[in-house]
Amino acid sequence: MEQQKTFVEDIERTLYDIRNEDHSVYKTERGLTEEIIRDISRQKKDPAWMLDFRLQSLEKYYRIPLPVWGPDISELNMDDIVTYVRPGGKMAGNWQEVPEEIKATFDRLGIPEAERTSLSGVGAQYDSEVVYHRVQKELSDQGVIYTDFETAVHEYEDIVKEYFMKLVPPKDHKFAALHGAVWSGGSFVYVPEGMHVDIPLQSYFRLNAAGAGQFEHTLIICEKNSSLHFIEGCSAPRYNVTNLHAGCVELYVKEGARLRYSTIENWSRNMMNLNTKRALVEKDGLIEWVSGSFGSHVSCLYPSSILHGENARCEFTGVTFASRGQDLDTGATVVMLAPNTSANINTRTISKSGGAATYRSAVKVTPGAKGAKCLVNCESLLLDEKSRSDTLPVMDIETDDVEIGHEAKIGRISDEAIFYLTSRGIAEEEAQAMIVRGFVEPVAKALPLEYAVEMNNLINMELVGSMG
Amino acid sequence: MAETLLEIHDLHAGAADREILKGIDLTIQKGEVHVILGPNGSGKSTLMNVIMGHPGYQVTEGSLTFEGKDITALKTFERARAGIFLSFQTPEEIPGITVENMLRTARQAITGKRERIFGFRKELKEMMEELQIDPSYSERYLNVGFSGGEKKRNEILQLLMLRPKLALLDETDSGLDVDAVQIVSRGVSKFHNADNACLIITHNARILDKLKVDRVHVLLQGRIVEEGGPELVDQINRDGFGHIKETTE
Repeated sequence: MEQQKTFVEDIERTLYDIRNEDHSVYKTERGLTEEIIRDISRQKKDPAWMLDFRLQSLEKYYRIPLPVWGPDISELNMDDIVTYVRPGGKMAGNWQEVPEEIKATFDRLGIPEAERTSLSGVGAQYDSEVVYHRVQKELSDQGVIYTDFETAVHEYEDIVKEYFMKLVPPKDHKFAALHGAVWSGGSFVYVPEGMHVDIPLQSYFRLNAAGAGQFEHTLIICEKNSSLHFIEGCSAPRYNVTNLHAGCVELYVKEGARLRYSTIENWSRNMMNLNTKRALVEKDGLIEWVSGSFGSHVSCLYPSSILHGENARCEFTGVTFASRGQDLDTGATVVMLAPNTSANINTRTISKSGGAATYRSAVKVTPGAKGAKCLVNCESLLLDEKSRSDTLPVMDIETDDVEIGHEAKIGRISDEAIFYLTSRGIAEEEAQAMIVRGFVEPVAKALPLEYAVEMNNLINMELVGSMG
Repeated sequence: MAETLLEIHDLHAGAADREILKGIDLTIQKGEVHVILGPNGSGKSTLMNVIMGHPGYQVTEGSLTFEGKDITALKTFERARAGIFLSFQTPEEIPGITVENMLRTARQAITGKRERIFGFRKELKEMMEELQIDPSYSERYLNVGFSGGEKKRNEILQLLMLRPKLALLDETDSGLDVDAVQIVSRGVSKFHNADNACLIITHNARILDKLKVDRVHVLLQGRIVEEGGPELVDQINRDGFGHIKETTE
């Protein structure tokens, strides 16, 4: 049966595609040279060790070849990418000091409102520099540090030096090396022992200059028996030049600590999103990933959890929605190193209008991980014949005493289900959107309310062409 | 005075180039109950699906008129909004959409008005009690894990909540035990009034116990071969379709 082609192919995203004139005071030369790295470092007033780190990373970047697996990234030309753009303003401590033009963009994205409604701190990154940042007083009184990464390098140098790119070393892959060389901006969070941060910390990242990459670094340390929920939101305006995002997220979850890291990425449709996220979880610790990938042209995103201590746990929930012109390769990695560690991976991917979505995961259970448990459940939904869905789960089990479960499903929306709903008066696009929302429902349940709403809106924009 | 609700004129329809309905004429007035009888494969369910606008069937000739408006080219959701409802023989299981969510979305789509959550919930709860459906089912996913009888009762729940003008009941009583048929039958008679109508396919006359049947149509190989009053139901229950087949062949 021929389905009605009434969906909106290219959605209106004026809300996200606000483009300001480029008034940046400083721009690096195109392409990546040692001179550029020294320039960036000078601009940031890096300590000497950081400059060394950047230069060593650059060496590695030159040496390491591009990955030979995953989506095609050959259209990426680093010579075209201005790696660092500094917006026309200094770090601002309050909203009034933020430049008008930048403020207007944030207003349209609703960031101050978001803060007003119960978020405990907003770190908003405009281009590569954090321009607006505030932490509620009680948090800092409790010893919780939440700051932009440049400030952290200077004010908390010892902590940064101890943890920075130890979990994701530059030698890991080409884009980790690139990140080590050109990182700029990002968030630093330190939660002291026993401290529970009740309200989620939220940061928004945006990219504005055409051809500019974004290389923000996020470092979160949750000391023993502490807890935190960190929310990262991303949206970028659309440009013709290929944009690159090669951020890096390092999460340290100490003994008995809990960290939830939530992201909904909605990059514009020309973005190459090659992000590296990793968590190290100690005894009785818990890392919870909630990951929504909607935007970008190409994404490679596999947050990894290294379960290092006994009883360390990982919960991963992900939703990926690939539409026309998108190749989204997402999933998770888990390395189980200690006895009785456990991991639960639960994902939903959707592809439509010729989009390609791949679920890719790697689970490694080492001989030391006696009594480990791992459950993987990945389901895919294809909305039409043109689209593509692949499932590539890899499991490497090196011990007998384990409990492993794996369930993968690829399905289509049945015409009979659409007929059933339309026979109740529901229009076809809405019926389809309801079914898709129903498909991701088990995952959406894990999201904080405002993000569940945002995700529903994104699904509606994709399928019905309107905000719900 | 009787008002015409549905008028089917010389309807030919089929699927994949195969004609299944070969010239159906049928008129239903407001306030009436019509019954369609016929052996398996005679085209009963196809007729229901074609009235509802199932995109898998094509109308090749003839027309469907609802309250004086030609609906032959309308899509399924437009027909539903005009006031037609189909109770499915095998209702779909749809994960992730709760009974309440679907019903509220449907009600809003049909009336074009926003439903207040609390008022709607109260009404839903009352209807569920009436049909002896466990109230927790309003939060369950549509038909997922429901028994056959629960699915059928859920169809009647939707009928009562959406209040269409024309209810098409496709073997709503099949596969049900005596008690369940009683409940479904009560639900249908609660729905039925002078302003609406029912078109019922049944193999089991018990669903009709509480209804006053106006007209019975016997469908055979895509044609209506015999029509009559309620007495035809008893006759066919007693004698089967044999003598009708003989007289038409």
